[in-house]
Amino acid sequence: MTTQTKELISPVTQPTKRKSYWLEVAIVVGLALIVLLIIPPVLNSMGLGFRVNMLGRFMALAIVALGIDLIWGYTGLLSLGHGIFFALGGYAFAMYLELQLPDDQIPAFFGLYGVTDLPWLWRPFYSLPFTLGAIVLVPSIVAAVLGYLVFRNRIRGVYFAILTQAALIVFFNFFNGQQQLINGTNGLKTDTARIFGEFVSSPQIQSLFYSLTAVFLVLGYVLCRWLTSGRFGRLLVAIRDDESRVRFSGYDPTGFKVMVFAVSAGLAGIAGALYTVQSGIVSPRTMDIAFSIEMVIWVAVGGRATLIGAILGALLVNFAKSFLSEQFPDIWLFFQGALFLVVVTVLPGGIVGWIREDAREQLRQLFRIRPQIATYPSLEEDLDIRHEQQHISHQESDG
Amino acid sequence: MDALLEAFFNGISIGAVLLLAALGLAIVFGLMGVINMAHGEFMMLGAYTTSVVQNTFKPLGEPLSGLYIFFALIAAFIVTALLGVVLERGVIRFLYGRPLETLLATWGVSLILQQFVRSISWVMVLNIGLFCFLFFGAQAILSRRPNFERIRGWFVIIMIPLSAAIALIVGNITGSIFQLAVTRPWFGAQNVNVAAPIWLRGRLPLGGYQLPYARLFIIVLTIVCVIGIYWFLNKSAWGLRIRSVTQNRSMSACLGIPTQTVDMLTFAIGSGLAGIAGCAVALLGPVGPNTGQNFIVDTFMVVVVGGVGKLVGSIVAAMTIGMANYIIGSYALKPIVGGIPALDNFFNFFSDPSMAKVLVFILIVTFLQFKPAGMFPQKGRTVDA
Repeated sequence: MTTQTKELISPVTQPTKRKSYWLEVAIVVGLALIVLLIIPPVLNSMGLGFRVNMLGRFMALAIVALGIDLIWGYTGLLSLGHGIFFALGGYAFAMYLELQLPDDQIPAFFGLYGVTDLPWLWRPFYSLPFTLGAIVLVPSIVAAVLGYLVFRNRIRGVYFAILTQAALIVFFNFFNGQQQLINGTNGLKTDTARIFGEFVSSPQIQSLFYSLTAVFLVLGYVLCRWLTSGRFGRLLVAIRDDESRVRFSGYDPTGFKVMVFAVSAGLAGIAGALYTVQSGIVSPRTMDIAFSIEMVIWVAVGGRATLIGAILGALLVNFAKSFLSEQFPDIWLFFQGALFLVVVTVLPGGIVGWIREDAREQLRQLFRIRPQIATYPSLEEDLDIRHEQQHISHQESDG
Repeated sequence: MDALLEAFFNGISIGAVLLLAALGLAIVFGLMGVINMAHGEFMMLGAYTTSVVQNTFKPLGEPLSGLYIFFALIAAFIVTALLGVVLERGVIRFLYGRPLETLLATWGVSLILQQFVRSISWVMVLNIGLFCFLFFGAQAILSRRPNFERIRGWFVIIMIPLSAAIALIVGNITGSIFQLAVTRPWFGAQNVNVAAPIWLRGRLPLGGYQLPYARLFIIVLTIVCVIGIYWFLNKSAWGLRIRSVTQNRSMSACLGIPTQTVDMLTFAIGSGLAGIAGCAVALLGPVGPNTGQNFIVDTFMVVVVGGVGKLVGSIVAAMTIGMANYIIGSYALKPIVGGIPALDNFFNFFSDPSMAKVLVFILIVTFLQFKPAGMFPQKGRTVDA
């Protein structure tokens, strides 16, 4: 019977699935092209060039949001320490840029602390391939080690959140305290460094990184889409919803959690590097407690477990932040606090979740249009269920 | 010997502050599985309350005004406990069973409180009061109408902006009439200083080491609080209820224990303890809007290491972490391990307060490898325990 119903269903569902798949590809490519080709010249011609830079930075933050969505939205692990990975990526790239100096000079800030030899930690960052690898791998490895030590003992939920936050403070202290190694509180400046013979702050290089950010955002989206769509994605959701049951079904969640944490950290690393070049500095301040929690709220505002929501949330919240803190600096904290409260209590699904789930019903109720009776669509559509219903009614009439 | 004594007492006094701060957090976390990110801000409010009480006692003259600290302790407890009740009834009640969301919501509250103490002024008080009066007043009047449930959506959409606008306009007009008298922030963004009473300013000589009385006061205060909480949890009727809900919420509810009241009470006591901790912190140095932030991670670590549901866990954990922080940070082990170059280098590297935290965190993560549920875990047979 089941095989028969499958055959009945498959010819109907398959083309629509493929169609929606191509639709999604078209939308993503279309949006990417708009961001790449249309927005910069339009804004530049309006004399709003700094908004382009802003958009570039916020797109970099959207990449972090994708990573957070992967571990929080899909796997249910709330990390309050993504600032670590963001900063590690940023520092890796900044170190490479700082080293773009005429032969045998070392970055100027070392002179302040009387350091004359380049520390060993810096040496590998002369090479571009190593740096590019480090941007992704260093955060991933740190996350994997931390994740393994934590997940192995089945520490999860609030404990995991607190431990990641403590790790964040620890890294913050470490980076803050090591003046002689990485310039402590002042951080590393990338504005005046050179890449490909140009200043990093020059318009050409900035627009190059703007495009790179857009491209990486699309790549990150595709990666997350691929990870969450198949069997792996379903496992992540299963871990989120009932980890014990996943374990009883014969899977070991530890490996999956470690992996997804590492992937998410790698995304944060890339984002950190892209953000750093566009903002011109990386400092331990990127490891503020507040900044890492903000990252979580971007995802919550956009909608957990929806990748589009993560991107949307990051862009919306950040533009709102820059607008409000320009206009009314006092209000921003109130607004942000209210945002946390509202998103958690009223809009648990975020914007995208609300649009998908309740928007139609609620608007209809508001305008007092007769509400549709909500029912499970599967009761009407699923052939298995209908067959069972008939079966039961037959039995009842028999009895 | 003196150096070791000094390390011991400094460690104890750091641990005492930590314990005082973590006590409330641990009780609430044990009972409801809720981490209150605004706990640090409650401490900050306790400290601000202390400063207000101190200023009201100033006109009394010297010997009497030194007694302000006792009134401040009570006032801080009451203020933060009331705020805790508001937070529990207003927000957290709706989020039970969703600990991560609770964490985010309380973080939002902490942000609001931080900005609140910076910008609170008479105008703001007027704004908030007027808004509450208009909104809740209208709700009270309209809710008598039989069709209130049907128009509730419209009511919220219309009344919130309307009352906010009226409150803002009235506030602005008042501000422009009375100028600075009402618009000046009470505290502002700068730090608030609380001077310790005169009788707490000296130092108690212990051999070659001198222990400040303020520190001693905090240690005594911590002991009193711990004993008080121990008595409350183990000897009083409500303590029994709290313990039973901690162990098994649904079974307690079945047996007729009002779990909602228990939650509210526990949250009030936990927040009140934060207020007392804030009072203690105020004696040690200036307090600013961000003071609370410095404590959250350390106090959370106490909860994680101590385990949930047992007071003794928090005590041991707070003392251990306090000691470890001080001993590593000040390199008090120098007389013992200084002779071995490798160890000397190692401890020298970590010998400042912020680097000490790095090593302590590594030690905590190592510790959790052996005892994932903390020092004194609750015994149980569920998978999730």
